Amino acid sequence: MTGTTPPPLHGPTSKEKKYDRQLRLWAASGQAALEQSHILLINSGPGVVGVETLKNLVLPGVGHFTILDSAIVTEADLGVNFFLEEEHLGGFRAEHSCTLLKELNPDVQGSYITEPTESFLSKPIALKPYTLILVTAPINPQLLSKLSANAATFQIPTFYIHCIGFYSQFSIHLPPAFPIVDTHPDPESTSDLRLLTPWPELSQFATEKTKGLQEMSHHDHGHVPYICLLLHYLEEWKSTHDGQVPQNYKDKTAFKASVAQGERRNNPEGGEENYDEAVAAVLKSLNPTSISSAVRDVFEAPECKSLTPETSGFWIIAHAMSIFYATHAVLPLPGSLPDMKAQSADYIQLQNVYKSKARHDLAEVLSTVRTLEKKLSRAVVIDEKEVEAFCKNAAHIKMVRGRPFHIVLPGETVRWGDRAKKAAQDLTDPESLILLYIAFLAIDTFIATHDVDGLGCAAKVAGGDDWESDTEEVEGIALKIIDGLINEAGTSIDEDEYSEIKSRAREYAQELVRAGGSELHNISALTGGLVAQEVIKVVTKQYIPVDNTCVFDGVRSKSSVLRF
Amino acid sequence: MAEDAESILTNGPYNSRPRWKYLDNILNRPGPFTDPDWVCGEPALEGLSRAKILVIGAGGLGCEILKNLALSGFKDIHVIDMDTIDVSNLNRQFLFRHADVGKFKAEVAARFVEKRVKGVKITPYCGKIQDKDDDYYMQFAMIVCGLDSIEARRWINATLVGMVDENDPDSMKPLIDGGTEGFKGQARVIFPTMTSCIECQLDMHAPRAAVPLCTLATIPRQPQHCIEWAHIIAWEEERKDITLDNDDPEHITWLYQKALKRAQEFNIPGVTYSMTQGVVKNIIPAIASTNAIVAASCCNEAFKIASNTNPFLGFPGTDNYMMYTGDVSVYTYTFQHVKKADCPVCGNLAKDLQVNSNSTLQEFIESLAERPEAQLKKPTIRTEAKSLYYQSPPTLEKQTRPNLSKKLYELVSDGEEIAIQDPAFQIAFKFKLVFEN
Ligand SMILES: [Zn+2]
Repeated sequence: MTGTTPPPLHGPTSKEKKYDRQLRLWAASGQAALEQSHILLINSGPGVVGVETLKNLVLPGVGHFTILDSAIVTEADLGVNFFLEEEHLGGFRAEHSCTLLKELNPDVQGSYITEPTESFLSKPIALKPYTLILVTAPINPQLLSKLSANAATFQIPTFYIHCIGFYSQFSIHLPPAFPIVDTHPDPESTSDLRLLTPWPELSQFATEKTKGLQEMSHHDHGHVPYICLLLHYLEEWKSTHDGQVPQNYKDKTAFKASVAQGERRNNPEGGEENYDEAVAAVLKSLNPTSISSAVRDVFEAPECKSLTPETSGFWIIAHAMSIFYATHAVLPLPGSLPDMKAQSADYIQLQNVYKSKARHDLAEVLSTVRTLEKKLSRAVVIDEKEVEAFCKNAAHIKMVRGRPFHIVLPGETVRWGDRAKKAAQDLTDPESLILLYIAFLAIDTFIATHDVDGLGCAAKVAGGDDWESDTEEVEGIALKIIDGLINEAGTSIDEDEYSEIKSRAREYAQELVRAGGSELHNISALTGGLVAQEVIKVVTKQYIPVDNTCVFDGVRSKSSVLRF
Repeated sequence: MAEDAESILTNGPYNSRPRWKYLDNILNRPGPFTDPDWVCGEPALEGLSRAKILVIGAGGLGCEILKNLALSGFKDIHVIDMDTIDVSNLNRQFLFRHADVGKFKAEVAARFVEKRVKGVKITPYCGKIQDKDDDYYMQFAMIVCGLDSIEARRWINATLVGMVDENDPDSMKPLIDGGTEGFKGQARVIFPTMTSCIECQLDMHAPRAAVPLCTLATIPRQPQHCIEWAHIIAWEEERKDITLDNDDPEHITWLYQKALKRAQEFNIPGVTYSMTQGVVKNIIPAIASTNAIVAASCCNEAFKIASNTNPFLGFPGTDNYMMYTGDVSVYTYTFQHVKKADCPVCGNLAKDLQVNSNSTLQEFIESLAERPEAQLKKPTIRTEAKSLYYQSPPTLEKQTRPNLSKKLYELVSDGEEIAIQDPAFQIAFKFKLVFEN
């Protein structure tokens, strides 16, 4: 706003041009995070969903990807995997897919490892270089369990992905605390105008702009910003209501009518836009400010309450924010102002009233942050920009508590823990895809109990040869898992519902075994799109990721997100 | 249900297709949701390999669609696209490389997929869908659309609805349509005349409201207002003789500097080159992942329709629309959009249009472009008895021009039916004007 900066004469850089359509979503900061990341794909089975995921990460410019896969290219690969060619038959799948994927974007580095997963994982620091790990089923459950534990020690987010026939499912294991500041809330839900608790500068501005409202010319009257109008009529209302603002729906409706009465209709336009805006804003803008449960969760988290020198910047800012909230009973003002009918100069002035209040609040939070840093004698100073971003989006911050995904070990029953009650309830909800999830667990159980050589990749697939008897076996396993869940939850389900649940579970099991471990390219491509999207959210720490399981049914074209 | 399939599995000829081993598991085995009359094996396979399928658009969705169909067992694919490749396509249109910039999308995409997936034939047409007639469209079993233009969608929809001959079941071509915007998208299946069509669903895709001209001219408040001012007003005033080219960096830079200067005069912060480009070209954010999801959903439905391997969206009386949102977790909503009896394309009743009888014909015509249920930019309007306004030919335009300043109540009566034609569509839209005052 200095106003004297000469306009730059150069256009966008070549990178900005290439990535223009995505920079409009996650901005340069998201792009930088993506470019600094290194994704490991541990591939198995037909292996298409993993490669399709990588395609959707290479295109937007992920920094580096590595494919771990010891499989050899066969004829069957050529019918389902777009990133292999005839001349690759007999070669390593990882090597050739890596080459063809790299062609998509010269800015991306790609590597491959053809070592079997088991020996790769025997080195304890094998996973350390990676930002995020994708594992596709089928995989030997002991290996998966080791991998999952290793990844967790380095706090590396891990995805476990299934894709069979018309169905797919993936689970995300995030670190125990995964906070997101830049959640990109809907712009409609973000304006915070503080009309019920105006600060002195705002009140003063409104008083000035509404002085002599009755005597104003039509032009001036029709250009008073609606925020000033509402503040003006609120003062009038308070003077006849013991100093109280409108309390309930009935009050607000009456207040709305009193604002509408002020609108002039004897002007050439036959009405006034600013008054229309004021009337339309009454119901949504005159609510006392309260914080969301997501923000409350952050403030009440143990990480927020007791800080240590190792505490990350996020929690220190969150702590400072909770002090601000305890002092003022509101969050720092975000400072943005929606567009409204007004004279240019008035609007800019009003915008500055909001901005300067936001800067004032930010300064207070920042000074608390600096005090905390000193108290903790932290070596690294938190960037002011980080504090500013937090203040701007304080009402919409979100924290995901990562949880490990289900790993079915041979001879062990599936445990549901604190999610048992909710999961058991979902069993009877026809819209929930929990039964499809259970069918996938049954497939995993089948693999765990039929592991041919212990290497995961060569595991026996359900429906590979003896389709009918495999169907029966997987159905049986699924029903056992359901009984186990009902038992663990301690709920009872009536006879009719129970038989309905069983028949739906059988159908999912039949459809899964029908595919005989096959991937259908369309379902792999769709799932690869979903997984890549979630990887981008996790890596950029923007938007809100799946917490923690997503199931897709390509027969009915429906999805469910479940939390286990 | 498993008995018949067993023999095919062990003895059938399709074990001899090692390349299609995975696909053949599905084609050779019935599932719990397949129709009891469905015959697996050879007929399912033939349904796929014989079906001639048309893909409209070879952009973000189109590239994905071509790859997906080729790997789903379709053998005879046609693709139409009039565009050439731009550098900003490369972040998602994965069949194109830097060296392809400037070439036709349909051509490059077709050659790439043909080379990668052996045995599939892809026939490109580099031109407009409007260049082709009913005979051309009649040759296809179904049409998959991956377009970013609502107008092109409406054109192909109206064409396919118009082609349906009740006595010829082959004249009904399923239309599968995908669309994306940032993290959001939709996939829908239309059985022309039998289920809700693109026009029935038009109000679900309302155009953005335009900023009033007086705001741009006298009281700008937002950086976008300054850019629109440069775009609509300043260019006309100062560079009238040069046709504005949105892809010419010199033109965008000129608009950017004009907008910046105006913003500085009004102390409005925030005008950037990127925003200028976005506003002027009406850029919609686009990412590879959403395209992958929506395109694959469309192709999954196409595959199910051609092979009958499972129930598909769009069967009359069932779900036909999947809405997708991916910015907050993953959310889909799959539902049945019901056909509208007053749909101007597939219905036979005139659609009600609420109007203020005091507004002029000119104002009414301008509002048609923005009304979600109409979205007509160059309307020619007539009632049963008289012509209200003709866009062309010039003699008729001149003759009907005086009507533009007349109030609606002077021209039509409350509840009167009007027909609107627009050069973008080959059909007349029927509306009933209902006075709201
Ligand atoms: Zn219709």
